[in-house]
Amino acid sequence: MALLELHNVHAYYGNIHALKGISLTVDEGEIVTLIGANGAGKTTTLRVITMLLPPREGTVTLNGEDLSQYRTHEIVLKGVSMVPEGRGVFARLTVLENLELGAYTRNDPSGIAEDLERVFTLFPRLKERQGQAAGTLSGGEQQMLAIGRALMSRPRILLLDEPSMGLAPILVESIFDIIQEINRQGTTILLVEQNALMALQIAHRGYVLRTGEIVLADTAENLRNNEMVQKTYLGME
Amino acid sequence: MNQWQRRLEYWRRRYDITDVVVWLFGLAILAVAVYGTVRSLQTTTYDSKRWAQFVVYGISQGGVYALIALGYTLVYGILFMINFAHGEIFMFGAFGALFTALALDKAGYWNGHPVLSLIIVLLVAMTTSSVIAVLVERVAYRPLRKAPRLVPLITAIGASFTLQYTARSFFGSGLRAFPEMDMLKGSVSVFGLDIGKSHALTIVVSLLMMAGLYWYVQKTKTGKAMRAVAENKDVAALMGIDVDQIIVRTFILGASMAGVAGVLYSLIFFQVKFFMGFVPGIKAFTAAVLGGIGNIPGAMLGGYFLGIFESLGPALILEGLGIPAPSQLKDVIAFTMLVMVLIFRPTGILGEAVSEKRA
Repeated sequence: MALLELHNVHAYYGNIHALKGISLTVDEGEIVTLIGANGAGKTTTLRVITMLLPPREGTVTLNGEDLSQYRTHEIVLKGVSMVPEGRGVFARLTVLENLELGAYTRNDPSGIAEDLERVFTLFPRLKERQGQAAGTLSGGEQQMLAIGRALMSRPRILLLDEPSMGLAPILVESIFDIIQEINRQGTTILLVEQNALMALQIAHRGYVLRTGEIVLADTAENLRNNEMVQKTYLGME
Repeated sequence: MNQWQRRLEYWRRRYDITDVVVWLFGLAILAVAVYGTVRSLQTTTYDSKRWAQFVVYGISQGGVYALIALGYTLVYGILFMINFAHGEIFMFGAFGALFTALALDKAGYWNGHPVLSLIIVLLVAMTTSSVIAVLVERVAYRPLRKAPRLVPLITAIGASFTLQYTARSFFGSGLRAFPEMDMLKGSVSVFGLDIGKSHALTIVVSLLMMAGLYWYVQKTKTGKAMRAVAENKDVAALMGIDVDQIIVRTFILGASMAGVAGVLYSLIFFQVKFFMGFVPGIKAFTAAVLGGIGNIPGAMLGGYFLGIFESLGPALILEGLGIPAPSQLKDVIAFTMLVMVLIFRPTGILGEAVSEKRA
């Protein structure tokens, strides 16, 4: 059984039909990527999974349990953690406070301290800047903080929304290395990306989204070699 | 140049002129104030001790304003709405205190165990205010969470009237006398200044409450969650924070401060009335705007600023202008100060421009 499964999900923003029957699965231990152009519904899919935008039709299940019975803040307890688009760090709070809030639902101080160490090992920069307001960090550091904060709830599945957005290529490389490392340490990952080239390099499987529908689903390798994907999303002629 | 560009140009020019006029207006007020101050100081009959006393009473009054202002600022910080019913939350706190104090007085505890009585009265007032605030949030604000921003503002005014006249129908429209406490009669001498004991108590208690609130917001888990919710509700929910619950706790926190303010106010003025929330409410709102609405230290600073100016202003500014009975015009000073701040620093003393962007 898949860890996360979306079946025939329809979602709306007011009258706008943003997702038109999305079905996808993410298995335990995988990195699955969702690629597509701006406005294809990638972010919307993540908002549906976390119930920020409850689906009007269709089901979202985690380990066979229907998530639509929960509200956003209860989804975390189920083991889903999200790094929102644009990072969403709490700018006026310190780096450490941001990380502490990532562990908001937990009550095991020793476990939290352990995970804090783990985050600081992954991102030594955050340790140096733990007392600083998050708003004063650079874009790359904020992205690290957002990922670190999401890890603090010890998620089973991590949803990443455009981690490469607005970052210099060299930073993108290192962020993606870390995403792979997190996956190797046992966290399942659903990665939404416009940077299809990078995403397909680290993912096991991928889905291509276009105007609210999935038009392609395959292994990352096959997608990399797919002519349509190469033309449309990888910029190859 | 097409019609729209011309219209834009016209508006821009017009806006600039208004701006200049408003500035000149502000400067004129400032000039009058400075002139009045100079004249007052030249002709003053007050000695330095008297001036210092004005400041001390200002600090006491300012502490009450600051406590109420915190409620406005906390709610604004998290919901971007002005809780106009907050003055009534303060009033209900005072009524809760009144009935408890009367009962304690009847039983002989009021003067028999004054410290214990005060603690009980404070706790009752905080609870009463909190219950009313939670009720208002649940009934009047939560259903409108997703509505345009003006809508809850109108509801807030409605809630304010509803609470006022509910209080009137229950408690009558007359003044109720708050029992005096023997312990708080007379004055204490601090650095050679005679300070009324109830004022001294007000200063100490309001400072303690504010220190406690600051600690709570900065250091506790709930406080951190409040700050997170204030910044971004969706992301806060993604952290597992129950946003609705945090909003309720924010209302409770603000209402508790208002409840304490209600007790202190009653201990200074010995009067409780259904209408008593209106003027302190507006003043505290002014203080919150003065300090920069949404900013917690700003509300504290704004409260003291307003209290001190209100207390000093009549003697310092108005007397030199030859205005008779200047102390009755202290409200004018308070609201003129609001106008001045809005002219010269619209975001308030400690306010940031970000509130516009977030709203």
